Amino acid sequence: MGQEKVLMTGNEAIGEAAIRAGVQAYYGYPITPQNELTAYMSRRMLEEGRVFIQSESELAAISMVTGSSVSGKRAMTSSSSPGISLKQEGISYMAGMELPGVIVNVMRGGPGLGNIGPAQSDYWQATRGGGHGDYRTICLAPSTVQECADLVYLAFDLADKHRNPVLVLADGRLGQMMEPVTFAHLPDAQPPEKPWALTGAKGRQPQRIVSLHLNLDELEQHNIKLGKKYAKIEKDEVRFEEIQMDDAEACIVAYGTSARVAKESLKRARQQGLKVGMIRPITLWPYPYEPVRAAADRVRFFLVPEMSLGQMIEDVRLGVEGKKPVYHTGRCGGNVSTAQEILDELHHCCQKTQTATRV
Amino acid sequence: MLERAIIAGFGGQGLMFMGKLTTKIMMHEGLHVTYFPSYGAEVRGGTANCHVIVSSDEIASPVVEEADTLVTMNQPSYERFKTVLAPHGAMLANTSLIRMTDPPKAKTTLEVPATQMASDLGDVRAANMIMMGAYNAVREFVPFDNLVEQMKAAFGERKAAVWELNTRAIAAGRKFTQEQLRK
Repeated sequence: MGQEKVLMTGNEAIGEAAIRAGVQAYYGYPITPQNELTAYMSRRMLEEGRVFIQSESELAAISMVTGSSVSGKRAMTSSSSPGISLKQEGISYMAGMELPGVIVNVMRGGPGLGNIGPAQSDYWQATRGGGHGDYRTICLAPSTVQECADLVYLAFDLADKHRNPVLVLADGRLGQMMEPVTFAHLPDAQPPEKPWALTGAKGRQPQRIVSLHLNLDELEQHNIKLGKKYAKIEKDEVRFEEIQMDDAEACIVAYGTSARVAKESLKRARQQGLKVGMIRPITLWPYPYEPVRAAADRVRFFLVPEMSLGQMIEDVRLGVEGKKPVYHTGRCGGNVSTAQEILDELHHCCQKTQTATRV
Repeated sequence: MLERAIIAGFGGQGLMFMGKLTTKIMMHEGLHVTYFPSYGAEVRGGTANCHVIVSSDEIASPVVEEADTLVTMNQPSYERFKTVLAPHGAMLANTSLIRMTDPPKAKTTLEVPATQMASDLGDVRAANMIMMGAYNAVREFVPFDNLVEQMKAAFGERKAAVWELNTRAIAAGRKFTQEQLRK
């Protein structure tokens, strides 16, 4: 694969980007709609002479990632919503042991087994921990196939930089759709030295990496240390895109597939004379509260289209701090709003806020 | 330039291949493209379909809500999708397997006996490339030679055995369409 554009599914682009990022081991277990990723890795990892294992379960896969990571290797697993729930124990342990690793969730409808349609209903799980304990995971949300590649590549760097698991949150539509993608700007990565890794104690003192701290004060100190790391990530790693926010009177906040549909609604709204802008979070944690806070002083209202009953809307409200109305729109259960539906809701919100101003 | 197509039929009729080929061709023409397949449980027994969008602008959603072109290869997909065809659109139906009951309003309606034509060429599996030739003739995406080259590239050297048949199928679909459009 040279410099040219190739046509790929989001799932395949994620796999190829991971290979370029130097993933040494991939562990997966089949589930729709992310199967093309596991299938891609089953072929490409062998071509590259790296490790591919189709594990016996999702918990086994995340535990294998833990094992590879503790020995200093770049490792990855992927699944879709129900499978990601099963991995939460391992993710919590990795966070506790400060182990890097990349976990890809190609979200589908839930709760439970739900269905195989695209969804964004794992936002809370992805951004609020998911597993037990006081921890955070960096969460990246692509909205195009190209961004699937770019963000997975970035995910490995962020994971190593902060010694923390990183989640990539895509959805069934992104995983399944094909778009042109290029890897020309993603050179074969050189992962950093990891002096903390357990590589056999030959010529050095033995090291320990554990998640069990029976002494209460010791665990408290560990929690505080993690807290400082999370604060630094919140300071350094926020990523977002702003679209036509300069003169915006209404602000859409959307990520992933919802954002690309809403972009079309924005375009049509502008043609109709509505001054609409958009903030598209690329990191869901750390969340781009600052641009939302700044927009709250300028726009009349916020509209948050999501493929769920409304989860990210809580983060928007945290940013807005009650200054302006924040409305949700969207479909769920594996359905996705159309650009027209979001546009209709924009008009509806305009009417609502006009009435409110008059009263 | 905006072309939104739904290509639908039985799983196994090569519709996904046809959709991907169209998408690749237009990607090489420097346009924005998306391809979105039906996936999972839906394809078993019923209809398989894919949505192809080609645009000079960025593409928001890969899902076709209103089709500029509808290619249907069997009766169930004809019934299912005929309502999403735009009145200015083109309907390409495989009339070997479709009775066009209650046809939708369309600018162009092309009845292509693709399965029969492919069978006459020696292999019923080439029906998708008959349709590809027809589709390309209706929309004039790329010259015939270009289409054939990209078909060959898509199959690759390992399946060079099918190049010749598919080239004839594309040519037959093209010729049939040009004659129909001239009428």
